[in-house]
Amino acid sequence: MTAHAAVDAPGGRLKKLLRRQDDQGGAPRLSPLWTFVAWLATLAFFAPVAWMVLTSFHQEADAATNPPTPFAPFTFEQYETLFSRDITPFLLNSAMASVLSTLLVLALAVPTAYALSIKPVEKWTDVMFFFLSTKFLPAIAALLPVYMIVKQVGMLDNVWTLVVLYTAMNLPIAVWMMRSFLAEVPKEILEAAEVDGANLLTVLWRVVAPVAMPGLAATSLICFIFSWNEFMFAVNLTATQASTAPVFLVGFITNEGLFLARLCAAATLVSLPVLIAGFAAQDKLVRGLSLGAVK
Amino acid sequence: MTTLTVEPKTAPPPVRPRTRTGTAKWKRRIPLLPALIFTVVVTQLPFVATLVISTFQWNILEPGDRHFTGLSNYSFVFTDERLRTAVLNTVVLTASVVLISVVLGLGLAMLLDRRFAGRGLARTLLIAPFLVMPVASALLWKHAIYNPDYGLLNGTLNAVYQFFGAAHGPTVDWVSSYPMPAVVISLVWQWTPFMMLILLAGLQAQPGDVLEAAKVDGASPLATFRFITLPHLRQYLELGILLGTIYVVQTFDAVYTITQGGPGSETTNLPYEIYLTMFRKYEYGEAAAAGVVVVLGSIVIATFALRTIASLFREEVSR
Repeated sequence: MTAHAAVDAPGGRLKKLLRRQDDQGGAPRLSPLWTFVAWLATLAFFAPVAWMVLTSFHQEADAATNPPTPFAPFTFEQYETLFSRDITPFLLNSAMASVLSTLLVLALAVPTAYALSIKPVEKWTDVMFFFLSTKFLPAIAALLPVYMIVKQVGMLDNVWTLVVLYTAMNLPIAVWMMRSFLAEVPKEILEAAEVDGANLLTVLWRVVAPVAMPGLAATSLICFIFSWNEFMFAVNLTATQASTAPVFLVGFITNEGLFLARLCAAATLVSLPVLIAGFAAQDKLVRGLSLGAVK
Repeated sequence: MTTLTVEPKTAPPPVRPRTRTGTAKWKRRIPLLPALIFTVVVTQLPFVATLVISTFQWNILEPGDRHFTGLSNYSFVFTDERLRTAVLNTVVLTASVVLISVVLGLGLAMLLDRRFAGRGLARTLLIAPFLVMPVASALLWKHAIYNPDYGLLNGTLNAVYQFFGAAHGPTVDWVSSYPMPAVVISLVWQWTPFMMLILLAGLQAQPGDVLEAAKVDGASPLATFRFITLPHLRQYLELGILLGTIYVVQTFDAVYTITQGGPGSETTNLPYEIYLTMFRKYEYGEAAAAGVVVVLGSIVIATFALRTIASLFREEVSR
């Protein structure tokens, strides 16, 4: 939660993670009993994830036993089958939709955040709340017109359609997050640079970028997470060419009947990028989820 | 109609207001124009279209019969038995998921606010449910956990029963017997980490000296919680509840995957009902009218949410 946590080299992150308990030196300690309760609750919450990963490394016969056999022999068979059954195009579509929309979001959000914090326009708070209000509209209500327009212009089953929709979905989050990061750029330095006659690019590169970089990284990770996990538009606007990973998961059940171990392998595989991105961004996660309202 | 303008009574911008010429004003506005235009086109225009479509009798299966019907789709929406069930289910689903996750999230946040062995690791493990892809998590709950024959739940029950000498544990078909709780539990699992993160941030923003003073004055932990922590947490609780409500009202993945709205329409919520009306009944006009109703409902919640965010935002700006 410290401001400089994200500046650390990636290697230092694990150490930081394990050391975090000592960060707030002032926080009181839990008694052994409550420590036990805390860990019990943690493991209860983590159990389904652990079970998913464990089952994904089992044979189908060992996965569907009753009572469960968690210590059955390990195998990579399920993952091998997945890749031979063409999960790859779905993963590529997901990657394309999430990465491209994240880049587009940043391209739109960074200048906007600049115009809302460093050189604020008049009534900049109204602009902020306009962006935020669009986030509160239920996507399902837009599905019908979006579907009809997309169909009309022949963009059904096209990854670019998802790129545009995911950009609109994440833009308010990115604007709010980036503004809160850019607001941390020290005003005195900006003014000093201007007095010294530094041009805009120099100011951006020398003064703004160093402060904003960790924020930019966190913002892109959060946009990536939301786009990667999106299902409603993906399942209704794609058919065969542009389907993303969540659509694969659902179709996989209906097409092949139930293979529990393979399902768990697929679920683990498609969740992996987000788990990694989320763990990497966990210091900033709450800032993104609360649209920058909570640090 | 979709622009919810609240008046955020924020402090004036940190830059001194001075009179600027028109060109200077526009120079400042240029960087935000692309995003603004993009947002208006992609998010506002579809809603205008929804409004228009909602006044038409329009079934794609009867292409010749498309005509203006005024508000009759709305009277259908408000009187239709299925839609009324869907509204009720949405309220039950959203309220139970949000309230249970807030309570569990508060408990976890209070534990994680203290120091204990492996606290950082525990926090990392606890946010995992929120990061697992929602569709994957719904499938995981449906097949790996709730399945009556080999799901983890019945499997564990069976193992426990056999350990105590019984021949076989009970075989409960969780999803068919308890459809709504089955959906709610999977969503609570997913949303508790979200609440925990927001409330933990709130707890850690609590000024330490006040707690210290309460301790010195001999306040009991319960009194400290009731009279200092809870009032301080209020706006974080509100924020978590409101944001959670806005997201959970839109639940589509879990219903689509775990129950398909069934049995019957016992777990059909509004988003799923709109989806059915569109892609199964092809009643575009009705779907659009139902969509408008959802938007109006969301605006009510969002107005409160925006007010809470505005107050947090005001504090931040004036800091």
